[in-house]
Amino acid sequence: MVTREADVAEIWEWLGEIPDPEIPAISILDLGIVRGVAWSDEGAVRALRVAVTPTYSGCPAIAAIERDIVRTLHARGVEHVRLDVRLAPPWTTDWMTAAGREKLRRYGISPPRPRAIAEPGTIDLLDVAQAATHCHPELVEGPLPENAACPRCGSSAVEVLSRFGSTPCKALYRCTTCREPFDHFKAH
Amino acid sequence: MPYHLVGDDALFAYALRLGDNALVLAQRLGEWAGHGPILEEDLALTNVALDLVGHARLWLGYAGEVERQGRDADRLAYFRDQHEYRNVLLVERPNGNYADTTARQFLFDVWHLHVLQALGASRDERIAAIASKAAREVAYHVRRSGDWVLRLGDGTETSHARMQAAIDDAWPYTGELFAADAIDDELLEAGIACDPRSLYVPWNEHVSRVLTDATLVRPEDGWMHSGGKTGKHSEALGYLLAEMQSVARTVPALRW
Repeated sequence: MVTREADVAEIWEWLGEIPDPEIPAISILDLGIVRGVAWSDEGAVRALRVAVTPTYSGCPAIAAIERDIVRTLHARGVEHVRLDVRLAPPWTTDWMTAAGREKLRRYGISPPRPRAIAEPGTIDLLDVAQAATHCHPELVEGPLPENAACPRCGSSAVEVLSRFGSTPCKALYRCTTCREPFDHFKAH
Repeated sequence: MPYHLVGDDALFAYALRLGDNALVLAQRLGEWAGHGPILEEDLALTNVALDLVGHARLWLGYAGEVERQGRDADRLAYFRDQHEYRNVLLVERPNGNYADTTARQFLFDVWHLHVLQALGASRDERIAAIASKAAREVAYHVRRSGDWVLRLGDGTETSHARMQAAIDDAWPYTGELFAADAIDDELLEAGIACDPRSLYVPWNEHVSRVLTDATLVRPEDGWMHSGGKTGKHSEALGYLLAEMQSVARTVPALRW
């Protein structure tokens, strides 16, 4: 039996079948975690290098995702897999695919808005303090008002219950129209 | 086998300092799990702690690589004794009441964000990468803790009194954040570290402004505690590490 080396496009498809362990409605490709796939020569063997980037520093799902990648590729016949964890450039929700955002919404999680804030180096902390004086809670509360829409009824008349939710990536909102609470994936 | 700092490697020590700040503070915040004043704050504090644990893993992991003695983040976290820890004294202070926890968090968060923003330009690629990533998360921490200083300070008579007392009590631990030693200077010259002295002005501006908005009085700068960065810690750290390290030390060879 002749085994051929899988081509990169096919491997991307396989990776697209790996769900996020916390939010199984979306895949790790939808999340923008996989940054590169390439074959490389390592001495006598051909190894597949997969570049991944962690979402939040403390995300407990990252270890599971890395194991799933290796397990999936092994099952597909890729013997030598190397994971390159890239911290830079830092992961952002802007890397989430449009399809991923729609899947989140259908799953009942309000998807993240585009990151409208400046790079961390230019956050003016005094704005935060001044905002508090002039009663702009949105600046004190977070980088942008995050105009989330209720994933159930579509209303934009929503309010923030807590800026931290069940996972570091999500905040808890409530829709004042249909009165249901929902998770919102924060722009990061 | 006794563990100790190998030589005087400045980069190893610098990474330990950053990692230990995050780890010790995360452990303190974790003590609030199940005891938060409201559910949302229970979640908020543990989420902040989770971010900090993530930072600690990255910093300590890097420190272990730099040291080249085969110690990974877990080894460094669970098998170093008090005198080998390099966190600033502010983060090991007990939780106290919610105002005490808020004061400690806010005073640290503002400094922490400035440090991470500055380190984003470090000539050391790994430090720059970790710092850039962590800065985004710490930006949320600053906003959250600042908001609580406002709410408690500009709150009821009771909350105001406790918040003022908390700021007064924590203030003598802030000086250590801006003191530089030979390690800081050596790495500063190499373009790797940031100058803690230069962080004082922006930190002071931000903290003073928020305290004023919160109708709180900024304490006078007096005598400042120090020693954490060189392993001279308060009694509190001993108990914290004993609790944190007990499981790992019970079965030292265990791998998760």
